[in-house]
Amino acid sequence: MTTSTEPSTATDVLAAAREQVLERGEGLSQQQVFAVLQLGEDRLTELLGLAHEVRMRWCGPEVEVEGIVSVKTGGCPEDCHFCSQSGRFESPVRSVWLDIPGLVEAAKQTAATGATEFCIVAAVRGPDARLMSQVRAGIEAIRAEPATAGINIACSLGMLTQAQVDELAAMGVHRYNHNLETARSHFGSVVTTHTWQERAETLRMVREAGMEVCCGGIMGMGETVEQRAEFAVQLAALEPDEVPMNFLIPQPGTPYEDYDVLAGPEALRTVAAFRLALPRTVLRFAGGRELTLGDLGAEQGMLGGINAIIVGNYLTNLGRPAQADLDMLTELHMPIKALNETL
Amino acid sequence: MDTYCVRCGAPTGEGDHAACRARVAYDPPRYCPGCARRMVVQVSPSGWSARCSAHGEVAGNAQELV
Repeated sequence: MTTSTEPSTATDVLAAAREQVLERGEGLSQQQVFAVLQLGEDRLTELLGLAHEVRMRWCGPEVEVEGIVSVKTGGCPEDCHFCSQSGRFESPVRSVWLDIPGLVEAAKQTAATGATEFCIVAAVRGPDARLMSQVRAGIEAIRAEPATAGINIACSLGMLTQAQVDELAAMGVHRYNHNLETARSHFGSVVTTHTWQERAETLRMVREAGMEVCCGGIMGMGETVEQRAEFAVQLAALEPDEVPMNFLIPQPGTPYEDYDVLAGPEALRTVAAFRLALPRTVLRFAGGRELTLGDLGAEQGMLGGINAIIVGNYLTNLGRPAQADLDMLTELHMPIKALNETL
Repeated sequence: MDTYCVRCGAPTGEGDHAACRARVAYDPPRYCPGCARRMVVQVSPSGWSARCSAHGEVAGNAQELV
Protein backbone atom coordinates (compact mmCIF):
# COMPACT_ATOMS: atom_id res chain seq x y z
CA MET A 1 0.00 0.00 0.00
CA THR A 2 1.27 3.44 -0.86
CA THR A 3 1.81 5.67 2.12
CA SER A 4 0.75 9.25 2.45
CA THR A 5 3.40 11.88 1.83
CA GLU A 6 4.04 15.42 2.95
CA PRO A 7 2.80 18.37 0.89
CA SER A 8 5.13 20.07 -1.53
CA THR A 9 8.27 21.68 -0.15
CA ALA A 10 11.23 23.36 -1.82
CA THR A 11 12.99 19.99 -2.03
CA ASP A 12 9.93 18.00 -2.96
CA VAL A 13 10.30 15.87 -6.07
CA LEU A 14 7.34 17.51 -7.79
CA ALA A 15 8.71 20.96 -7.06
CA ALA A 16 12.02 19.85 -8.52
CA ALA A 17 10.23 18.35 -11.51
CA ARG A 18 8.39 21.60 -12.14
CA GLU A 19 11.71 23.41 -12.50
CA GLN A 20 13.66 20.64 -14.20
CA VAL A 21 11.09 19.04 -16.51
CA LEU A 22 8.43 21.67 -17.08
CA GLU A 23 10.72 24.68 -17.34
CA ARG A 24 13.87 23.15 -18.82
CA GLY A 25 12.53 20.04 -20.57
CA GLU A 26 14.98 17.72 -18.83
CA GLY A 27 13.59 14.33 -17.84
CA LEU A 28 13.76 13.03 -14.31
CA SER A 29 16.59 10.79 -13.13
CA GLN A 30 15.98 7.21 -12.01
CA GLN A 31 16.08 8.28 -8.38
CA GLN A 32 13.59 11.04 -9.04
CA VAL A 33 11.24 8.74 -10.97
CA PHE A 34 11.43 6.31 -8.07
CA ALA A 35 10.47 9.13 -5.69
CA VAL A 36 7.51 10.03 -7.91
CA LEU A 37 6.36 6.42 -8.02
CA GLN A 38 6.33 6.37 -4.24
CA LEU A 39 4.09 9.41 -3.87
CA GLY A 40 0.89 8.75 -2.00
CA GLU A 41 -2.57 8.85 -3.50
CA ASP A 42 -3.06 12.22 -1.79
CA ARG A 43 -0.50 13.61 -4.27
CA LEU A 44 -1.89 11.88 -7.35
CA THR A 45 -3.98 14.79 -8.59
CA GLU A 46 -1.03 17.15 -8.20
CA LEU A 47 1.24 14.69 -10.00
CA LEU A 48 -1.15 14.17 -12.91
CA GLY A 49 -1.61 17.92 -13.23
CA LEU A 50 2.12 18.49 -13.52
CA ALA A 51 2.52 15.67 -16.04
CA HIS A 52 -0.26 17.23 -18.11
CA GLU A 53 1.44 20.63 -17.99
CA VAL A 54 4.67 19.00 -19.16
CA ARG A 55 2.90 17.25 -22.01
CA MET A 56 1.19 20.49 -23.10
CA ARG A 57 4.40 22.51 -22.84
CA TRP A 58 6.70 20.13 -24.71
CA CYS A 59 4.33 18.18 -26.96
CA GLY A 60 1.27 20.36 -27.40
CA PRO A 61 -2.44 19.61 -27.22
CA GLU A 62 -2.67 17.24 -30.21
CA VAL A 63 -3.27 13.55 -29.70
CA GLU A 64 -1.76 11.00 -32.07
CA VAL A 65 -4.32 8.33 -32.90
CA GLU A 66 -3.31 4.88 -34.12
CA GLY A 67 -4.90 1.60 -35.13
CA ILE A 68 -3.14 -1.75 -35.08
CA VAL A 69 -3.71 -5.17 -36.55
CA SER A 70 -2.07 -8.57 -36.30
CA VAL A 71 -0.95 -9.90 -39.68
CA LYS A 72 0.33 -13.13 -38.19
CA THR A 73 -1.26 -14.28 -34.97
CA GLY A 74 -0.10 -17.00 -32.59
CA GLY A 75 2.48 -19.75 -32.94
CA CYS A 76 5.38 -17.56 -31.83
CA PRO A 77 8.50 -19.54 -30.85
CA GLU A 78 9.43 -17.06 -28.09
CA ASP A 79 8.37 -17.40 -24.47
CA CYS A 80 7.37 -13.87 -23.47
CA HIS A 81 5.46 -14.80 -20.31
CA PHE A 82 2.73 -12.21 -20.79
CA CYS A 83 1.84 -13.23 -24.32
CA SER A 84 -1.09 -15.37 -25.41
CA GLN A 85 0.53 -15.78 -28.83
CA SER A 86 3.50 -17.83 -27.65
CA GLY A 87 3.39 -21.36 -29.03
CA ARG A 88 5.01 -22.55 -25.82
CA PHE A 89 1.94 -22.00 -23.63
CA GLU A 90 -1.49 -23.64 -23.49
CA SER A 91 -3.22 -20.53 -24.76
CA PRO A 92 -6.59 -20.61 -26.54
CA VAL A 93 -5.15 -18.36 -29.26
CA ARG A 94 -4.73 -20.27 -32.53
CA SER A 95 -2.43 -19.34 -35.38
CA VAL A 96 -3.87 -17.33 -38.25
CA TRP A 97 -2.56 -15.15 -41.07
CA LEU A 98 -4.36 -12.08 -42.29
CA ASP A 99 -4.62 -11.84 -46.06
CA ILE A 100 -3.97 -8.69 -48.08
CA PRO A 101 -7.65 -7.68 -48.42
CA GLY A 102 -7.95 -8.09 -44.67
CA LEU A 103 -4.93 -5.85 -44.09
CA VAL A 104 -6.36 -3.19 -46.37
CA GLU A 105 -9.72 -3.39 -44.61
CA ALA A 106 -8.01 -2.97 -41.23
CA ALA A 107 -6.17 0.09 -42.55
CA LYS A 108 -9.46 1.51 -43.83
CA GLN A 109 -11.11 0.97 -40.45
CA THR A 110 -8.20 2.79 -38.84
CA ALA A 111 -8.23 5.67 -41.33
CA ALA A 112 -11.97 6.10 -40.79
CA THR A 113 -11.28 7.10 -37.18
CA GLY A 114 -9.06 9.97 -38.30
CA ALA A 115 -5.94 8.13 -37.19
CA THR A 116 -2.59 9.06 -38.69
CA GLU A 117 -0.87 5.81 -37.75
CA PHE A 118 -1.51 2.23 -38.77
CA CYS A 119 0.75 -0.47 -37.37
CA ILE A 120 1.15 -3.94 -38.86
CA VAL A 121 2.16 -6.43 -36.16
CA ALA A 122 3.32 -10.04 -36.28
CA ALA A 123 3.90 -12.58 -33.50
CA VAL A 124 7.34 -13.77 -34.52
CA ARG A 125 10.91 -13.82 -33.24
CA GLY A 126 11.76 -12.00 -36.44
CA PRO A 127 10.31 -11.92 -39.93
CA ASP A 128 11.05 -14.61 -42.49
CA ALA A 129 10.88 -14.14 -46.27
CA ARG A 130 7.18 -15.02 -46.36
CA LEU A 131 6.28 -12.41 -43.77
CA MET A 132 8.43 -9.73 -45.38
CA SER A 133 6.69 -10.48 -48.68
CA GLN A 134 3.28 -10.26 -47.04
CA VAL A 135 4.15 -6.95 -45.42
CA ARG A 136 5.50 -5.55 -48.66
CA ALA A 137 2.35 -6.56 -50.56
CA GLY A 138 0.17 -5.22 -47.77
CA ILE A 139 1.87 -1.84 -47.74
CA GLU A 140 1.59 -1.55 -51.51
CA ALA A 141 -2.11 -2.41 -51.37
CA ILE A 142 -2.78 0.06 -48.55
CA ARG A 143 -0.96 2.79 -50.46
CA ALA A 144 -3.14 2.04 -53.51
CA GLU A 145 -6.36 2.35 -51.50
CA PRO A 146 -7.84 5.87 -51.70
CA ALA A 147 -9.61 5.52 -48.35
CA THR A 148 -6.26 5.21 -46.56
CA ALA A 149 -4.51 8.02 -48.41
CA GLY A 150 -1.49 9.36 -46.61
CA ILE A 151 -1.77 7.25 -43.48
CA ASN A 152 1.60 6.53 -41.87
CA ILE A 153 2.46 2.86 -41.83
CA ALA A 154 4.42 1.41 -38.95
CA CYS A 155 5.53 -2.18 -38.38
CA SER A 156 6.24 -4.43 -35.42
CA LEU A 157 7.78 -7.65 -36.67
CA GLY A 158 10.18 -8.65 -33.92
CA MET A 159 13.95 -8.67 -34.17
CA LEU A 160 15.40 -7.64 -37.50
CA THR A 161 18.54 -8.21 -39.50
CA GLN A 162 20.26 -5.22 -41.05
CA ALA A 163 18.95 -6.29 -44.47
CA GLN A 164 15.38 -6.39 -43.14
CA VAL A 165 15.78 -2.98 -41.53
CA ASP A 166 16.95 -1.57 -44.84
CA GLU A 167 14.10 -3.28 -46.68
CA LEU A 168 11.44 -1.86 -44.35
CA ALA A 169 12.96 1.60 -44.61
CA ALA A 170 12.90 1.31 -48.39
CA MET A 171 9.21 0.32 -48.22
CA GLY A 172 8.55 3.65 -46.51
CA VAL A 173 7.81 2.26 -43.05
CA HIS A 174 8.15 5.42 -41.03
CA ARG A 175 8.19 3.97 -37.51
CA TYR A 176 9.17 0.61 -36.10
CA ASN A 177 7.86 -0.77 -32.83
CA HIS A 178 9.99 -3.08 -30.77
CA ASN A 179 9.26 -2.98 -27.06
CA LEU A 180 11.92 -3.61 -24.47
CA GLU A 181 8.90 -4.61 -22.35
CA THR A 182 10.42 -4.07 -18.90
CA ALA A 183 13.54 -3.00 -17.02
CA ARG A 184 16.72 -4.66 -18.13
CA SER A 185 17.14 -6.13 -14.63
CA HIS A 186 13.69 -7.79 -14.89
CA PHE A 187 13.76 -8.87 -18.53
CA GLY A 188 15.20 -12.32 -17.82
CA SER A 189 12.17 -13.09 -15.63
CA VAL A 190 9.82 -12.23 -18.47
CA VAL A 191 11.59 -13.68 -21.51
CA THR A 192 14.22 -16.44 -21.65
CA THR A 193 14.44 -17.09 -25.39
CA HIS A 194 16.20 -13.86 -26.27
CA THR A 195 17.85 -10.99 -24.47
CA TRP A 196 17.20 -7.34 -23.76
CA GLN A 197 20.39 -6.56 -25.67
CA GLU A 198 19.14 -8.38 -28.78
CA ARG A 199 16.07 -6.19 -28.77
CA ALA A 200 18.16 -3.08 -28.23
CA GLU A 201 20.29 -4.01 -31.23
CA THR A 202 17.24 -3.99 -33.50
CA LEU A 203 16.30 -0.56 -32.16
CA ARG A 204 19.78 0.75 -32.89
CA MET A 205 19.58 -0.41 -36.52
CA VAL A 206 16.07 1.01 -36.91
CA ARG A 207 17.20 4.45 -35.79
CA GLU A 208 20.31 4.41 -37.95
CA ALA A 209 18.15 3.54 -40.97
CA GLY A 210 16.12 6.70 -40.41
CA MET A 211 12.91 5.13 -39.15
CA GLU A 212 11.28 6.49 -36.01
CA VAL A 213 11.78 4.34 -32.92
CA CYS A 214 8.73 3.14 -31.00
CA CYS A 215 9.68 1.34 -27.81
CA GLY A 216 7.70 0.80 -24.65
CA GLY A 217 6.57 -1.98 -22.42
CA ILE A 218 4.06 -3.55 -20.11
CA MET A 219 3.47 -2.53 -16.52
CA GLY A 220 2.39 -5.05 -13.92
CA MET A 221 4.57 -8.03 -14.80
CA GLY A 222 5.95 -8.49 -11.29
CA GLU A 223 8.52 -5.73 -11.57
CA THR A 224 9.35 -3.75 -8.46
CA VAL A 225 8.75 -0.02 -8.22
CA GLU A 226 12.52 0.41 -8.43
CA GLN A 227 12.55 -1.55 -11.67
CA ARG A 228 9.72 0.55 -13.04
CA ALA A 229 11.87 3.63 -12.41
CA GLU A 230 14.84 1.86 -13.96
CA PHE A 231 12.78 1.10 -17.06
CA ALA A 232 11.63 4.70 -17.44
CA VAL A 233 15.18 6.03 -17.59
CA GLN A 234 16.39 3.18 -19.78
CA LEU A 235 13.70 4.14 -22.27
CA ALA A 236 14.61 7.82 -21.95
CA ALA A 237 18.22 6.97 -22.75
CA LEU A 238 17.05 5.50 -26.06
CA GLU A 239 15.38 8.80 -26.97
CA PRO A 240 12.44 7.02 -28.59
CA ASP A 241 9.98 8.89 -30.76
CA GLU A 242 7.14 6.98 -29.13
CA VAL A 243 6.64 4.98 -25.95
CA PRO A 244 3.54 2.77 -25.84
CA MET A 245 2.42 2.04 -22.28
CA ASN A 246 0.66 -1.27 -21.86
CA PHE A 247 -0.80 -2.68 -18.68
CA LEU A 248 -0.75 -6.43 -18.18
CA ILE A 249 -3.84 -8.28 -19.31
CA PRO A 250 -3.47 -11.66 -17.58
CA GLN A 251 -3.90 -14.05 -20.47
CA PRO A 252 -5.31 -17.56 -20.00
CA GLY A 253 -2.66 -20.25 -20.32
CA THR A 254 0.32 -17.94 -19.88
CA PRO A 255 2.61 -17.92 -16.82
CA TYR A 256 1.04 -14.61 -15.84
CA GLU A 257 -2.59 -15.69 -16.09
CA ASP A 258 -3.14 -15.37 -12.34
CA TYR A 259 -1.37 -12.03 -11.93
CA ASP A 260 -3.46 -9.20 -10.57
CA VAL A 261 -4.41 -6.34 -12.85
CA LEU A 262 -2.50 -3.20 -11.91
CA ALA A 263 -4.50 -0.91 -9.60
CA GLY A 264 -5.81 2.19 -11.34
CA PRO A 265 -4.01 4.78 -9.16
CA GLU A 266 -0.74 2.88 -9.58
CA ALA A 267 -1.17 2.83 -13.34
CA LEU A 268 -1.90 6.56 -13.42
CA ARG A 269 1.08 7.32 -11.21
CA THR A 270 3.25 5.32 -13.60
CA VAL A 271 1.90 7.19 -16.62
CA ALA A 272 2.71 10.52 -15.02
CA ALA A 273 6.15 9.37 -13.87
CA PHE A 274 7.01 8.21 -17.39
CA ARG A 275 5.90 11.57 -18.76
CA LEU A 276 8.21 13.30 -16.32
CA ALA A 277 11.07 11.06 -17.47
CA LEU A 278 10.20 11.54 -21.15
CA PRO A 279 8.90 15.09 -21.56
CA ARG A 280 9.10 15.25 -25.36
CA THR A 281 8.13 11.72 -26.35
CA VAL A 282 4.85 10.55 -27.83
CA LEU A 283 3.43 8.64 -24.85
CA ARG A 284 0.72 6.29 -25.99
CA PHE A 285 -2.05 4.52 -24.11
CA ALA A 286 -1.92 0.94 -25.40
CA GLY A 287 -3.20 -2.47 -24.34
CA GLY A 288 -4.79 -3.10 -20.98
CA ARG A 289 -5.96 0.43 -20.23
CA GLU A 290 -9.62 -0.56 -20.43
CA LEU A 291 -9.16 -3.35 -17.88
CA THR A 292 -6.84 -1.37 -15.62
CA LEU A 293 -8.34 2.10 -15.76
CA GLY A 294 -11.84 1.91 -17.19
CA ASP A 295 -13.44 4.95 -18.82
CA LEU A 296 -12.77 7.44 -16.02
CA GLY A 297 -9.16 6.36 -15.63
CA ALA A 298 -8.59 6.75 -19.35
CA GLU A 299 -9.66 10.38 -19.09
CA GLN A 300 -7.40 10.90 -16.10
CA GLY A 301 -4.52 9.45 -18.07
CA MET A 302 -5.20 11.76 -20.99
CA LEU A 303 -5.03 14.60 -18.46
CA GLY A 304 -1.96 13.08 -16.82
CA GLY A 305 0.71 12.97 -19.51
CA ILE A 306 -0.63 10.76 -22.29
CA ASN A 307 -0.69 12.32 -25.78
CA ALA A 308 -1.38 9.35 -28.04
CA ILE A 309 -3.83 6.50 -28.06
CA ILE A 310 -4.57 3.22 -29.79
CA VAL A 311 -8.21 3.24 -30.77
CA GLY A 312 -10.39 0.23 -31.42
CA ASN A 313 -9.20 -3.29 -30.84
CA TYR A 314 -5.75 -4.62 -30.08
CA LEU A 315 -4.02 -7.71 -31.45
CA THR A 316 -5.91 -10.46 -29.65
CA ASN A 317 -7.99 -8.44 -27.20
CA LEU A 318 -10.79 -5.98 -27.74
CA GLY A 319 -10.71 -2.30 -26.89
CA ARG A 320 -13.66 -0.07 -26.36
CA PRO A 321 -15.30 1.28 -29.53
CA ALA A 322 -13.11 3.84 -31.31
CA GLN A 323 -15.92 6.37 -31.25
CA ALA A 324 -15.92 6.33 -27.45
CA ASP A 325 -12.29 7.44 -27.42
CA LEU A 326 -12.87 10.03 -30.13
CA ASP A 327 -15.79 11.42 -28.14
CA MET A 328 -13.56 11.53 -25.06
CA LEU A 329 -10.94 13.56 -26.93
CA THR A 330 -13.62 15.97 -28.10
CA GLU A 331 -14.89 16.43 -24.56
CA LEU A 332 -11.34 17.04 -23.36
CA HIS A 333 -10.76 19.59 -26.15
CA MET A 334 -7.80 17.59 -27.42
CA PRO A 335 -7.50 17.78 -31.22
CA ILE A 336 -6.46 14.70 -33.14
CA LYS A 337 -3.11 15.15 -34.81
CA ALA A 338 -3.61 15.73 -38.53
CA LEU A 339 -1.84 13.76 -41.22
CA ASN A 340 0.23 16.71 -42.39
CA GLU A 341 1.51 17.57 -38.94
CA THR A 342 4.30 16.21 -36.84
CA LEU A 343 4.43 16.31 -33.09
CA MET B 1 -28.60 -21.70 -25.79
CA ASP B 2 -24.82 -21.92 -25.70
CA THR B 3 -23.49 -25.22 -24.41
CA TYR B 4 -19.91 -24.14 -23.87
CA CYS B 5 -18.31 -20.96 -22.58
CA VAL B 6 -16.72 -19.03 -25.45
CA ARG B 7 -13.88 -17.87 -23.21
CA CYS B 8 -12.78 -20.99 -21.32
CA GLY B 9 -14.43 -23.77 -23.31
CA ALA B 10 -15.98 -25.46 -20.26
CA PRO B 11 -19.69 -26.36 -20.21
CA THR B 12 -21.71 -23.31 -19.30
CA GLY B 13 -23.76 -25.37 -16.85
CA GLU B 14 -20.72 -26.42 -14.86
CA GLY B 15 -18.52 -24.33 -12.63
CA ASP B 16 -18.33 -20.59 -12.12
CA HIS B 17 -17.94 -18.44 -15.22
CA ALA B 18 -18.03 -15.11 -13.41
CA ALA B 19 -14.43 -14.39 -14.37
CA CYS B 20 -15.25 -15.20 -17.99
CA ARG B 21 -18.22 -12.86 -17.97
CA ALA B 22 -16.08 -10.12 -16.45
CA ARG B 23 -13.68 -10.30 -19.36
CA VAL B 24 -16.19 -10.77 -22.18
CA ALA B 25 -15.99 -7.11 -23.22
CA TYR B 26 -12.24 -7.43 -23.75
CA ASP B 27 -11.85 -10.89 -25.24
CA PRO B 28 -13.27 -12.21 -28.50
CA PRO B 29 -14.76 -15.68 -28.31
CA ARG B 30 -12.06 -18.37 -28.35
CA TYR B 31 -14.13 -21.55 -28.09
CA CYS B 32 -17.10 -22.60 -30.17
CA PRO B 33 -20.26 -22.35 -28.03
CA GLY B 34 -21.65 -25.41 -29.80
CA CYS B 35 -18.77 -27.88 -29.55
CA ALA B 36 -15.95 -26.22 -27.51
CA ARG B 37 -13.44 -26.48 -30.36
CA ARG B 38 -10.77 -23.78 -30.23
CA MET B 39 -11.69 -21.34 -32.98
CA VAL B 40 -9.44 -19.46 -35.38
CA VAL B 41 -9.91 -15.82 -34.39
CA GLN B 42 -8.88 -12.69 -36.24
CA VAL B 43 -9.20 -9.35 -34.49
CA SER B 44 -9.37 -6.16 -36.56
CA PRO B 45 -9.47 -2.53 -35.39
CA SER B 46 -13.26 -2.47 -35.38
CA GLY B 47 -14.33 -6.07 -35.05
CA TRP B 48 -13.47 -9.74 -34.89
CA SER B 49 -14.24 -13.00 -36.65
CA ALA B 50 -14.09 -16.50 -35.17
CA ARG B 51 -14.20 -19.69 -37.23
CA CYS B 52 -15.04 -23.16 -35.97
CA SER B 53 -14.10 -26.00 -38.30
CA ALA B 54 -17.43 -27.67 -37.57
CA HIS B 55 -19.84 -24.78 -37.12
CA GLY B 56 -18.53 -22.06 -39.40
CA GLU B 57 -17.72 -18.41 -38.82
CA VAL B 58 -19.23 -15.78 -36.57
CA ALA B 59 -18.23 -12.13 -36.43
CA GLY B 60 -18.99 -9.09 -34.39
CA ASN B 61 -17.61 -6.22 -32.42
CA ALA B 62 -16.94 -5.40 -28.81
CA GLN B 63 -20.30 -3.82 -28.22
CA GLU B 64 -22.17 -6.92 -29.32
CA LEU B 65 -20.33 -8.99 -26.75
CA VAL B 66 -21.14 -6.82 -23.77
